[in-house]
Order: sequence, then structure tokens, then C-alpha cells
Amino acid sequence: MELRLSEEDAAFQAEVRRFVAENLPADIRRRVELGKRLPREDYVTWQKILYKRGWIAPGWPKEYGGPGWTPLQQYLFEQELDLAPTPRIIPFGLVMVAPVIMEFGDQAQKDRYLPRILASDDWWCQGYSEPGAGSDLASLRTRAVADGDDYVVNGAKTWTTLAQYADMIFCLVRTSEEARKQDGISFLLIDMKSPGVTVRPIVTFDGGREINEVFFDDVRVPRANLVGEAGKGWTYAKFLLGHERTGIAAVGRSKRQIGELKAIAAKEPANGGTLISDPAFRAKIAAVEVDLLALESVVLKVLSEQAAGRAPGPEASLLKIKGTEVQQAISELMFEAVGTYANPYIAESFEDGWNEPPIGPDYAAPIAPYYFNWRKASIYGGTNEIQRNIIAKMVLGF
Amino acid sequence: MDLALNEGQRLLRESVERFVEKEYAFAARRQLAASEEGFSREVWATFAELGWLAAPLPEDHGGLGGDDVDVAVIMEGFGRGLVLEPYLSTVVLGGGLIAAGGSEAQRAALLPPLAEGKLLLALAHAEPGGRYDLAHVETRAEKDGQGFRLSGRKAVVFHAASADKIVVPARTAGGVREADGITLFLLDRQSPGLALRAYPTVDGLRAAELTLDGARAGAEEVIGATGAGLPLLELAVDRGITAVSAEAAGAMAALVAATREHLQTRKQFGVPLAGFQVLQHRVVDMFMAHELTRALAFRAAAAMDDPDPRARGRAASAAKVQTGKAGRFVGQEAVQLHGGMGMTEELPVGHYFKRLSMIGTLFGDADHHLRRFAELDPAAA
Repeated sequence: MELRLSEEDAAFQAEVRRFVAENLPADIRRRVELGKRLPREDYVTWQKILYKRGWIAPGWPKEYGGPGWTPLQQYLFEQELDLAPTPRIIPFGLVMVAPVIMEFGDQAQKDRYLPRILASDDWWCQGYSEPGAGSDLASLRTRAVADGDDYVVNGAKTWTTLAQYADMIFCLVRTSEEARKQDGISFLLIDMKSPGVTVRPIVTFDGGREINEVFFDDVRVPRANLVGEAGKGWTYAKFLLGHERTGIAAVGRSKRQIGELKAIAAKEPANGGTLISDPAFRAKIAAVEVDLLALESVVLKVLSEQAAGRAPGPEASLLKIKGTEVQQAISELMFEAVGTYANPYIAESFEDGWNEPPIGPDYAAPIAPYYFNWRKASIYGGTNEIQRNIIAKMVLGF
Repeated sequence: MDLALNEGQRLLRESVERFVEKEYAFAARRQLAASEEGFSREVWATFAELGWLAAPLPEDHGGLGGDDVDVAVIMEGFGRGLVLEPYLSTVVLGGGLIAAGGSEAQRAALLPPLAEGKLLLALAHAEPGGRYDLAHVETRAEKDGQGFRLSGRKAVVFHAASADKIVVPARTAGGVREADGITLFLLDRQSPGLALRAYPTVDGLRAAELTLDGARAGAEEVIGATGAGLPLLELAVDRGITAVSAEAAGAMAALVAATREHLQTRKQFGVPLAGFQVLQHRVVDMFMAHELTRALAFRAAAAMDDPDPRARGRAASAAKVQTGKAGRFVGQEAVQLHGGMGMTEELPVGHYFKRLSMIGTLFGDADHHLRRFAELDPAAA
């Protein structure tokens, strides 16, 4: 066991930090820091900068354009981006659908989609959940019926993050009725510009406009867009879920936010001093920090096992539960820290170009909406209840 | 000893619940929240007709002579419907202050129109940088002939832009966090030298930052004795805490009911979610949190006439600790158990959660009141 980074990894970390400092456009960094609603171009601009440096797809094999980093280097890289902070890398293409295409797609699909995902020329979104199929995903009812060279797709997907920006969607669709409902599911790639695709925004109670419903009304999709075999979609989806393990813990992001929380607590006056000098509040911050250290320790252990070529265990669910609990705990403490100034809510102030002075401290405005919005973290990507079911079944053998 | 509602209070409760159910549907509430003033003057007139504005005010000035338990009954009903009207600001805080500390002339001039729905009030109890300390008053009132000139800033004054008059604590003596030397002024909202920057709040209410730049107040606009405003302010805020704790209990009751219904109707894996015992227990914990909050809120309401301010303060702080913790727990759990639907703007759940969250910060969060509860312990004195 060794806690310190090797010289090589430390140099790597410094190189990433320098690159981000020199290449992240100042206006984008400012919008991220102020919690503004980012326009599509900000994500694409930043991803293309990383693409030109060859760093956009840390997890991809070299043959497809990955940088060939060790698992630890990938982790260090993501942490540096989170600490900066940069816009988050939109995962739907790079992290989610690309590995499925690499593993199960045919050559034509690889040639067509992977370079465009790498270059951020296509924005992807994910079509899994449906109005009647959330935690029980396998009960999904969006239907794809073969008709000549096409499938004809009818149904609706929901909670689709940033579908309003997307060029492509990867969907789980039902292509046949089988005794076991998982067996009739296929994995289909659909062009969002196809006639019959409609996107309807779902406003969240924090005022956010990130998620959508996507409706398919007799949408014709070439059969060439089926990934792998019909009826194997469930297997591919499970492969995808298992693929992304350590990123879900978002340790770097939580580290940065604890730093922000301390900076806020150091500015908030309380009882004649500042909030950071209040032992009760400091103890609360410390408790989250200890939780985050424990979480990071599990992540680093998983990375080490991977580096040693050992198959990682089923930690993904643990990382999802604990990671989101830590994130939510930090968001609660930030909410507590700003106190009364959590109240004001001027919707326009979250758009870029709003130039009026803030109400209260300049850091206050995004904090309540963020606290509200981040309740989603224990719901999406398989609720934390479902993650506990997975641990109960897969790990504890109940 | 009797912690149950009396007959009159039961009837009052029924009438508030009936109103909220019939006249304050979620869709209507949403429209009101998005309107210019953020509430309805028409609804306010209805409150006046129903006697709810007069309920806690003294009988000799147009009131019905009720007490804080009556207020709690009304606020609990309002919590169920997420009522937006400025009952807390006008009746509980403003009206309560004038009734408790106003001169005979002030009471006679202000309470009758208040009861009739013709006068709206606001209380500027917080300052930027003051966090939850009521004694943190930097705003100064300098003697000016027979009256005063006020200068300073007030933070997040609820319903200030709609109020006719605003109660403003200012220093006539003493240093920033000293208990003595605070005087309460009743300023006309239109006063020269008083500027408002109004905005919506995250839970759909309205508030404003208030800047005083030499705003004039006559000697007759002082509430209570000069320099002795803090005990009055503390009384008003304790009663406000009691009222919002009851409101929170009402909001929690609505969330427990909505969550229970959701689990019974939403099917996953071929069965209603309610079939999973692990989820039943989550709702059981929400239910218990609600019952404990309600009990403590009403106990605090009954303690508001305690002549010992320490005993009264401890009752209010105990309610606020419970309200803060339970409000967060019940709100978060309701959202979580509704799944993705719980995150939408379309469903009431998130709106209850937001209101509970903001009640959590109002007049001091759970940490603040836990500390106050301990400090007011006679054993610690």
C-alpha cells in the first residue's frame, strides 16, 4: 500500500492542471463557477478543446482514440476537471453509448458514430426510462416493429437529460413479447431529427430545464441502427451500467464543493464571528469530509484492483449511494450556510447576460436551486433504493 | 392541562380546511405565485370576512380576542394548501406587535383596518450579516427634532412591497449586537428615504431588500418604549415561530398523505410500491415526524402567554428545532418516494418541500434554536 502518487502520476496531474488552467476559456469558467445555465456551445467548445489535445475520451482504448491512461490517471484527470471547475463532460455519447458500440456494434456503426462522438460532432442522449417504467425498467413499452428495412418506433421516453440539445438518442425498445420481459428488449440508435420525434421539456421544481420527455410517433429507424442482436438490449444495457464505475462517486466534484462550502462559511457572519468558527457547523463539515475520505478510499481501492488486472467487485452501487449521499449532504450544508439569503429567486439571474447586482452575497443565488435540484441524484441512474436491492441480491446473496 | 382543540377551534380548523380544499387548489395557487403581487387581494378580503384576520386581535379594537392556538389552527390549514397570502407578516407579526406593544392610539388606529383586511404590514427583523440574531441591528435612528431619521439596511423583508407599513427595528443607542437600545418604528412604506428592491423567493413568496437613507419617523411611530424594542421583537418572533411551525405541520400532513397515495397507486414490478415493507416504513417515519412537529407546535402556541419570556422562548425554540429537522426529512423523503415525478414542477410535492425548506431558515434554523433552547435553560443561567 502506498498513498502518495508516483513521480510519473504527480507529473501527469500537474500537466493536466496546467492544461486546464491555460485552455479553459475564462467566460466558460466564470459561468460554471457562478452556477449559470450553460448554453450548448459551452459544453461543445470545451469538449472540442479536450478532443484536440487527445484527452476527451480517457476511458477509450487507444485504437479508438483514447489516450491510453491507467485507471488512476483517468481518475486524476477527471478530478482535475472537477476541481477547475470545467463544464461536465456530457457522458451519454462518450461514456455510455460508445463502449456499447465498441463491444457490440458492427463495423459500419463503429465507423459512423465513434469518430463523431469523439469530436463532439454529435450530442447523444439516453432513452431508457418511460412514464410507466422507472425503477422497473424492464417493463418498458416503447415498441419497435420491423417493416422492410426499417423499424417503426412508437412510445415515449422520459427524464431524458438535455434531449433538447441532442442529435442522437440510444434507446431500449421492445421488439418482441417474450415470457421473460427482459428478453424482448433491443438497443436502437435513433436520429433525433427523424420525423415523428418530439421533445417536450419537463420543468423541475428548482426551476431547471434539463430534462425532457421524448415521444416517438411512427418514427422510421433503419434496421442498420440496431446494435448487436435483437432481444439482447437488456444485456447491453447492463454492460453499460457496469462499465462506468468510479466516475459516479464524483469525488472530485465533492472535494471542490467542500472547498466552496468552507469559503462561504468563512464569509458568513455568525454570532459575532464567522460560521466557520462555529464549532457545531465545523463539526458538520468535518463529518462530510470524513464520509468523502471513506468514499474516495473505496474508489482508489477499485482503481488499484483494476490496475492490477483484477476484476473489480460490485462496488458501483455502493459508490452511487454513498457518492450521492455525500453530494446531497454538501448541498444541505451550503443551504444552511447562506441562511436567510437562500430565499431570493430571480429566474433571469441564471441566464448569462443578467448584469444586475446580486441580492445578498454573490455566491448565494444558485445555492437553494442547487440543493433542490440535487435531490435528483438519489433518484436518477437507478434510485438509491434500487441500488440497495442490487447490493442485497448481488453482494449479500439475499 | 388540555392539549386538545376546543369546540371553537375544531370548527375553525374545519372551515380553514374546507376553504383550502375548495378555493385554493394547487393550480390556482400556482397562478397566484406567478402573479405580480404573489397573492390575491380577493382571497385576503375573504379572510377578513371569515374573521381569520381578526381572530387573534383584541376585542376592544375589532378583534375576536383569540390566542396563538387559534393562529396555529389557521396556519396549519394554510400549510396544507401552501397559502401565499401575508397572514404571518400582517396578522401574526405586525398585528401581534401592535396589539402587544402599541400605544392605545396605535391600536385604535391600526387594528380595526387590519382586521377588516384594509391594512397590510411587514416586519423587517433581519439585517444583512446578522444571520439569525435579532439583536444584530446596525440600522441607526438619529434624533431629529421630535422624531427620528433612520439609516441602514434590512434583509429579506417578506411582503414588504405589498405592505402599507413596515415595522423596522433601529438603534437609538448601543452597539451592533447589544440587547438594549433597539427601538421599533412603524414606517409608512411610501416614506421618502425608504427604498425597496423586491423579488420573488424560491418558495413563491415575495420579499424585498430595504434601504433606509434618512427615512423620517415621528415620535408617534415608535412602538413600545424607546430603546426597549428587543423583548417585544422577541415576543413577536416567538409567536411567528409558533405560527410557521404549525404551517409546517400542515405541509407535512399534506406530504404524508400524497406520498401514501403515490405508493398505493404507482405500480412497479407488477405490484403497488406500497407492497414493499421497506417503503412503508419510510412513510411511517414521515408520519411520526409530522405528529411530533404538530404536537410541539401546538404546545408552543399554548405557551405563548407564559409571562416568563425564557419559558416562552424555550417552547418556541423547541418547536423550531423539530420543525427544521422534520421539515427537511419529510420534504426530502416525499420527493424521493415520488421518484422522478417528485422532481417535477408540475406536482405539488416539490413545492411543499421548498416551503418546508424555507420555513426551516425563517427566524433561525434548527442549529440556531437548539443553541437558544440550551442558552435559555434555567440550569444554564
